[in-house]
Amino acid sequence: MKVRARDAKEVWKEEFESSPTRDDGVETSTISGIPLKPLYTADDLPKRDEEMPGAFPYTRGIHPGGYRGRLWTMRQFSGFATAEETNRRYKYLLANGQTGLSVAFDMPTLMGQDSDAPTSRGEIGHCGVAIDSLADMETLFDGIPLGEITTSMTINSPAAILLCMYIAVAEKQGVPASALGGTLQNDILKEFIAQKEFIFPPEPSMRLVVDSIEYCAKEVPKWNTISISGYHIREAGSTAAQELAFTLADGMAYVDACLERGMRIDDFASRLSFFFDAHIDFFEEIAKFRAARRIWARWMRERYGAQDERSLKLRFHTQTAGVSLTAQQPELNIARTAIEALAAVLGGTQSLHTNAMDEVLALPTDKAARLALRTQQLLAYETGVANTIDPLGGSYFVEALTDEIERQAEVYFKRIEELGGVIPAIEASFFQKEIADSAFRYQQELEQKRRLMVGVNEFTVDDEEPMEILRIDPKLEGEQVARVQEVRRTRDQARCSKALAALRKAATGTDNLMPYILESVRAYATEGEIMNTLIEVFGIYTETAVI
Amino acid sequence: MPVDTAVRPVRILVAKVGLDGHDRGVKVVARALRDAGYEVIYTGLRQTPEMVVDAALQEDAQVIGLSIHSGAHMTLFPAVVQELKRRKATDIVVFGGGIIPEDDIVALKKKGVAELFTPGTPLQEIVDWLRKRFPQGGG
Repeated sequence: MKVRARDAKEVWKEEFESSPTRDDGVETSTISGIPLKPLYTADDLPKRDEEMPGAFPYTRGIHPGGYRGRLWTMRQFSGFATAEETNRRYKYLLANGQTGLSVAFDMPTLMGQDSDAPTSRGEIGHCGVAIDSLADMETLFDGIPLGEITTSMTINSPAAILLCMYIAVAEKQGVPASALGGTLQNDILKEFIAQKEFIFPPEPSMRLVVDSIEYCAKEVPKWNTISISGYHIREAGSTAAQELAFTLADGMAYVDACLERGMRIDDFASRLSFFFDAHIDFFEEIAKFRAARRIWARWMRERYGAQDERSLKLRFHTQTAGVSLTAQQPELNIARTAIEALAAVLGGTQSLHTNAMDEVLALPTDKAARLALRTQQLLAYETGVANTIDPLGGSYFVEALTDEIERQAEVYFKRIEELGGVIPAIEASFFQKEIADSAFRYQQELEQKRRLMVGVNEFTVDDEEPMEILRIDPKLEGEQVARVQEVRRTRDQARCSKALAALRKAATGTDNLMPYILESVRAYATEGEIMNTLIEVFGIYTETAVI
Repeated sequence: MPVDTAVRPVRILVAKVGLDGHDRGVKVVARALRDAGYEVIYTGLRQTPEMVVDAALQEDAQVIGLSIHSGAHMTLFPAVVQELKRRKATDIVVFGGGIIPEDDIVALKKKGVAELFTPGTPLQEIVDWLRKRFPQGGG
């Protein structure tokens, strides 16, 4: 007798309920706490017209050709010690088949201060490369043709300065700004929300972001002016839905700010890009990426009236989750990273950074960095996953989870709107509290062994062999300090002072600050000098610490 | 009026030194210590060693918990210990956490940091360590 589909499901349900279930106490919800059914069926599929890659709302991808047209860019985030050392690492990665550069700056550079500032002590070159002036930037890209490669720069409060340095290096190489391709992180809102590398208060910070977007729309048209980032929100402990919702809300806040400046939506929206985390909960991440594209396309069209198709397409970079890696049995991190990278690829990422296994201990060694890159090459060329576009589209489970994450994000958009928008919500510590609560919930689940981390709270070993890690030579600190002081001694001081004075004056008015910053950079004003000039006008921001 | 015989809970100043803003760990630990019955004061971000010691003295803290993820621990942790010596407050116990390689842990302990906890440490382990260190101090 033929059993109809409905009956088959009922039969399964009875059998499932009468069969034994695991009693290990481990949660069956996603890592973010979304409850999951043991089985998804056709009944869980949403009723909607069939979605296609390259067509609104782009759930299945922004390109009709997926990775058949072009693979994702393998873009390993890297930078340490001095510009010279990092330049050597870039050449090594490019020689090993990496297809784009991504600059990691050290903490003083990220915080807009020079290497000889008192609070730079002990920090120079440790979590990225130390850049104080155009001179360092020239060394960083020495022998790397900026007209032929794209570069991503992870920098926020001082983003405009580093972009100007990049433009100035290109000028010296004879490459016009109009030919430059790359991405500036430039996402100050998530700094207030999660990563906390803020300097100026929100309002002047937003002005600088809009200045750079406006300037690039005219002068550096191929540049992605901002990389609106969920990565740091997630790493700070948020759930997948929070990462998605807070990031897209930030994106809309930037759109609002640009519109307020008088720009037209289709003149800048196509250069907005995104950056997400690929965490260890495989399907949840894939669903998150798919939901991101759908939500963004819908909001851009319906709320902002974007006409240009390119304005609707959410393009994103992905980094595997640093927070999922463990110092214990660190080789396991290779496996974790591979799985996370696979989720990013199945989610249709445009570019990808895979973490090295030793990044939980220090910056990666040459060998660990190459292994991480090789993981991507293996995914691209051995596994066959790039051959079919959105291979999980139509999966009962993935489609239902995509919808659920979208629904949760929409709830957050409403709450943020009720709080008066992103900046008032930051000032009310809304995001910060939400993230801290999620982080604490997860930590408690680990403590109670309702979540297991292999090698951490289960499957541990007593004697671990120490791993070779990258050491930053303490000597370089003095050398970098000497270098910035040498720049100050040898530059055309009159030109530099004049440029900084003009910048200061412009900052008190409403001019776009980019040309003033560019001139200061060309005159070898240091990053710290430029930032301090702006701090005199804008002031600094202090957050209310919540635990 | 009844005499309060309860032992005053140990006061812990939790501080984030260095330039990085990674505060997930420090907040989770601060909350767990508070839930374990300690009095916890969190300084917020980007504290210099001088600021940390100032705050510890002002708050009458017996313990300072330092967190860092920027790689500057070899400079900043010993600087806090030195500053305590300079201010004649060496009775304040300093412990720390963050991304700290094994060799550095050994070196930092020699320099007067009482204990270091790395990623993946169960919160209970930190609480247990404090209870052992301060058997009379609540928590």
